[in-house]
Amino acid sequence: MTQVTMTVNGKAVSGEAEGRTLLSQFLRDGLGLTGTHVGCDTSQCGACSVHVNGKLVKSCTMFAVEADGAEVSTVEGEADEDGTLSTIQQAFQEHHGLQCGFCTPGMVMATKSLLAENPKPTEADIRAYLSGNICRCTGYHNIVKAIMAASGQDVSAIAAE
Amino acid sequence: MYAFDVETPSSVAEAVAALKDEEATALGGGQTLIPTLKQRLAAPEKLVSLSGIAEMKGISTDGGVLTIGGATIHADVAAQGDYPALAALAGNIGDPAVRNRGTIGGSLANNDPSACYPAAVLGTGATIVTNTREIAADDYFQGMFTTALEEGEIITAVKFPIPEAASYQKFDQPASRFALVGVFVAKTADGVRVAVTGASEEGVFRWSEAETALNKEFRSDALMDLNINAMNMIGDLHGTKEYRAHLVKVMTRRAINAIG
Repeated sequence: MTQVTMTVNGKAVSGEAEGRTLLSQFLRDGLGLTGTHVGCDTSQCGACSVHVNGKLVKSCTMFAVEADGAEVSTVEGEADEDGTLSTIQQAFQEHHGLQCGFCTPGMVMATKSLLAENPKPTEADIRAYLSGNICRCTGYHNIVKAIMAASGQDVSAIAAE
Repeated sequence: MYAFDVETPSSVAEAVAALKDEEATALGGGQTLIPTLKQRLAAPEKLVSLSGIAEMKGISTDGGVLTIGGATIHADVAAQGDYPALAALAGNIGDPAVRNRGTIGGSLANNDPSACYPAAVLGTGATIVTNTREIAADDYFQGMFTTALEEGEIITAVKFPIPEAASYQKFDQPASRFALVGVFVAKTADGVRVAVTGASEEGVFRWSEAETALNKEFRSDALMDLNINAMNMIGDLHGTKEYRAHLVKVMTRRAINAIG
């Protein structure tokens, strides 16, 4: 066991990890931050996406010891302390960008990363950026709408069902 | 996964020392190795993580040669502007999260027969720099998942002589986002080079007949009478040997047309 220390959503945390402990396990089982979901555990679905030092990564495909000393952000860090949703979360709610909600934490973290790199993405940009985040409910349509809305763009052009 | 220790050295010298242990395996960005460990297809007792070694990260250009540290992530290669065809290739590997962890050295050490970087390295005539020596691309790739690297040898950098013009054309396998077939064409100081990934059971290879034809006349029609033998192509549920052989020519022609 190794002692691992990192900053998660602005708070210093530490815990024990085996070499094989994934960052996703450390967050969920070690810190109780179960907002980060593990869908496929094979780095394909993106439900476990978090930010490490500001970069989007799949937390099931990185070891906790590799995040020692890092700044980690998870979906729990999105809403304000009083529960006010972030702009992205609000847009997902308003545009019904989820059905079962399992993929949503990863979608939100991927969206945050997309909008930081590209504040006004086109529909094609959004669909390309989400290639590593799989949703099996929505057909992505409302997710794309939510992201257009979160970036302050008109969603009517993609409103046709 | 079976249990193992992970070491996180901060210099090449420390990593080389840690890899002297014969039960140790180098860990790059882990985007292939970690899924492999989960399937218990590998069982090292120790992993030596290379992703915290600052001297193996970064990109610089000097005298027409682009040098990329072995632990540089795909996203950083995609963001450089000195070699646009290489940036485009790196920006289309996997997905954004994979590109933030996966490294050029890791991809080349693994030498997956459908990976993109081997085509760029062989197609450019790049040089692999390790902790002990420099290896020319033509000597480096030795078949599917096989390279010239010795036990414990680490790719510290890759040097790309920036060609006059180049293009990589990839026919995506949409589920894995690896290349069903990818072709890298470069007009270099020593002539045209054509490297093909995703197609052959031997891994990445140079299509020498196409290079000869293109050195005479750099037009996609120069390939009209050429055909690749389908015998040694990969055949699977995504595409037959014949389909891949056909795609090699199609993607090569697209690359030539993209260069113009």
